[in-house]
Amino acid sequence: MSSREKILSKIRQNNVVPNVELPSSYENFGITFEDKFERFSTMLESVGGKALVIDKKDLDKTVQDLYKDEKVIASNVDGFSLKNFDSNEQDDPHKLRDIDLAVVKGNFAVAENGAIWMKNEDNRHRSLYFIAQNIVIVIDEKDILNNMHEAYEKINFENAGYGVFISGPSKTADIEQSLVIGAHGPKSGYVIFTKS
Amino acid sequence: MKVGLFIPCFMNELYPDVCKATYKVLKKQGLDIDYPMNQTCCGQPMANSGCSKDVETLAKQFVKTFKDYDYIVAPSGSCVSMVKEHYAPFFNNDKDYNKVKASIYEVCEFLHDVIKIENLNFDVTFAHKVGLHNSCHGHRVLKLGTASELNIPYNSKLENILNTVKGIELVDLKRKDECCGFGGTFSVAEEDVSVAMGKDRIKDHLESEAVVMTGADMSCLMHMDGLINRNNYPIKVMHIVQILAGEEL
Amino acid sequence: MSTDHAKNAKEFVANDERMHWHDEALWFVRAKRDLASKSIPEWEQLREYANQIKSHTMANLDTYLLEFEKNANAKGITVHFAADATEHNEIAYKLLKAKNVKKLVKSKSMLTEECHLNPYLESRGIEVIDTDLGERIVQLRNEPPSHIVLPAIHLKKMDVSDTFHEKLGTEKGNDDPTYLTRAARASLREDFLTAEAGMTGVNFAIANTGGVVVCTNEGNADMGASVPDLHIASMGIEKVIPRLEDLSVFTRLLARSATGQPITSYTSHFHGPIEGGEMHIIIVDNKRSEFLSSPKYKKALNCIRCGACMNTCPVYRRSGGHSYEYVIPGPIGSILGSVKEPEKHNTLPFACTLCGSCTNVCPVKIDLDSQLYARRQDLSEMKLIDPKKKMAMKVTAWLMSKPKLFDFAGKMARKIVPKLPDSIVYNKANAWGRQRDMPKMAEKSFKEMFEQGDLDE
Repeated sequence: MSSREKILSKIRQNNVVPNVELPSSYENFGITFEDKFERFSTMLESVGGKALVIDKKDLDKTVQDLYKDEKVIASNVDGFSLKNFDSNEQDDPHKLRDIDLAVVKGNFAVAENGAIWMKNEDNRHRSLYFIAQNIVIVIDEKDILNNMHEAYEKINFENAGYGVFISGPSKTADIEQSLVIGAHGPKSGYVIFTKS
Repeated sequence: MKVGLFIPCFMNELYPDVCKATYKVLKKQGLDIDYPMNQTCCGQPMANSGCSKDVETLAKQFVKTFKDYDYIVAPSGSCVSMVKEHYAPFFNNDKDYNKVKASIYEVCEFLHDVIKIENLNFDVTFAHKVGLHNSCHGHRVLKLGTASELNIPYNSKLENILNTVKGIELVDLKRKDECCGFGGTFSVAEEDVSVAMGKDRIKDHLESEAVVMTGADMSCLMHMDGLINRNNYPIKVMHIVQILAGEEL
Repeated sequence: MSTDHAKNAKEFVANDERMHWHDEALWFVRAKRDLASKSIPEWEQLREYANQIKSHTMANLDTYLLEFEKNANAKGITVHFAADATEHNEIAYKLLKAKNVKKLVKSKSMLTEECHLNPYLESRGIEVIDTDLGERIVQLRNEPPSHIVLPAIHLKKMDVSDTFHEKLGTEKGNDDPTYLTRAARASLREDFLTAEAGMTGVNFAIANTGGVVVCTNEGNADMGASVPDLHIASMGIEKVIPRLEDLSVFTRLLARSATGQPITSYTSHFHGPIEGGEMHIIIVDNKRSEFLSSPKYKKALNCIRCGACMNTCPVYRRSGGHSYEYVIPGPIGSILGSVKEPEKHNTLPFACTLCGSCTNVCPVKIDLDSQLYARRQDLSEMKLIDPKKKMAMKVTAWLMSKPKLFDFAGKMARKIVPKLPDSIVYNKANAWGRQRDMPKMAEKSFKEMFEQGDLDE
């Protein structure tokens, strides 16, 4: 008997766990906010990130002001013209190692926890979100939800791929509980909401 | 209403004054109280040590002794928890046990819920800063107070009762309901952690300027009293019923 | 050799300053968890949902594992089954050898700790780098983690500084956490970029999509899974959940319970390898299936490894994770360890006062304190508790069953003990009396007072 069969058979043998029903729906369940942006912004700041709201036309300038010294910039955002490195053209993800700043598009924001869902569209290498030294996520200001239940209603994985909720830059508190922003992923992060 | 008084084994031997205070406080409510003499022990120390099978005789003795009372009242949250939560394996949905289980109360719980808080008037003054130690079984099993871990509306039966005492000032502790480290045989089997936990509990009370530590379980208070006396900490322990009975500091 | 938790705890407590520092550090995490949980009005309902989802899944685990396997395969992921730790290690090694892997970067996985994967691979010529900062620190120090979420919680920053000075060449005496973290960042970045394979754990495996979810703050799981072209994810059979939308419940509970954060920095949903790469999932039993047939311990399998029970446990905080000598410490570890290896871990269910705080913080509502109580009874049946203690309890129970005899014994004690000198009362065998005064013996028992009408009425 293969291990697979062995394991399945052991699971079936004398399983005494009583069968309960799954929750039928999470619709209209979960905290909601009068001002979703305000909550999103507060949560994001509490984890070392920051949220801004700007006109789409000011995107270049805003990023330039935030990141004056960053040289190698990769991006998949329409309307952002400061990119000088095309990560999608690289075959090997290792080649992304020198990216100072990634300006990437996000799908929607979640107010309850300052997270952005990145479905990874128009981006060949998912490591871009981690290997860049700094990250800016650009998102439309109307794409903001209250909570994770609303978020998962908008996510599906019918096809193979990747998606990630990103909340702030990378961080760690493993050294005597002192919070340090910037562990192995980006050491700083902004979320820029563009006005429709 | 016939009330059977259940006195924990060690309290009968070591803390008869607290037992007296319990009796006095209940009598003051005008109740008909009986104290069946052949009671001994609920079996908790054995059960907590893994010897729950040895408790069967004691459990059956307990139910036989107390089955005819309308209420069974004890000055101990942990003993009441033992009877309510851990006796079921010895009884096969026995109606006498079911009755006992539904009628057994810790004394403050009984006063608060059955006699009802609005009907209580101890007519006592205790103008001191008092720290309430929320003993674990009473707190989390009998739900005498809302456990700090839970996101549900706050209520504390013990605080409600203590606040009827004139002049009393209940202090705010840093850790409202951390365990004192007695844990029965834990107190000797894991002596060092037990002592460390007890000392930390006392320290919390001292830092909140309490001059008295009170609670609804004499076992916790006994453990901390042992530490207080050995180390000469400037605080005294008193069971809640002693305060309600009008004892002075 | 069986774990002697009390002896290990004694050593930990002896360093009073450090013990209190450890206790305060973990209590702070508990306090942050409380703030987070109280900011969500529906928190208790979330816990109930999580409990239902997990229980339903366990009752139908075979069905969900098969569904998961089918959907994972459809996404180009290869699924392997390992009956035990050795088989898990063999499968991992085979996959790595096939691609000539010399260096493996690994993110946090308690399962791989449980399987002792690192020494297995290292003895076969593969370098394993634990990339979670806390795990890297303990790896460099050659010690096990002491907490499942905060592996280096037992270490002070100067301890880390000393280790990094020795192993990474950082400045001696510089214990600034940012400085040290940046040094680790630089060193591990090199490892991410030169490793030929990445291994991750799994927080949740989704049956109806065939993907796995990994939650980290550091970004190390993603660096490891998305830069090298071979990704191996190890999971226990109990990690599977039925539907993608059920993640909404767990992603709201996990980080808040673990550290008080609303969510981890990264919640990665892996549904296939990177371009041109391979992704494998190893599903491990290693005695987990036995819990399903246990009326008392079945709920232990619902654990989502958040660590909240450890943070709140007053005994864990004052004795440290290493005192349990099991890959997972604290309340849940005491249950898992003493069920899987009762002879070795027979003291663990007694490293507990049954305070019940763990049960209240558990996001999936495992009845931890009831299981610890039940385990004590089982260990006694298996004759794995101290026979002296067992005899003492039997004698006490017998005495208690004879009211008149019990009363007589009490009376004798009250007559004799007050007359004994302290040197006899507080002798070496009196464990209570070592650090505590004995309660004063009363003159009369309450029964005697009652009988004699001596009630001051």
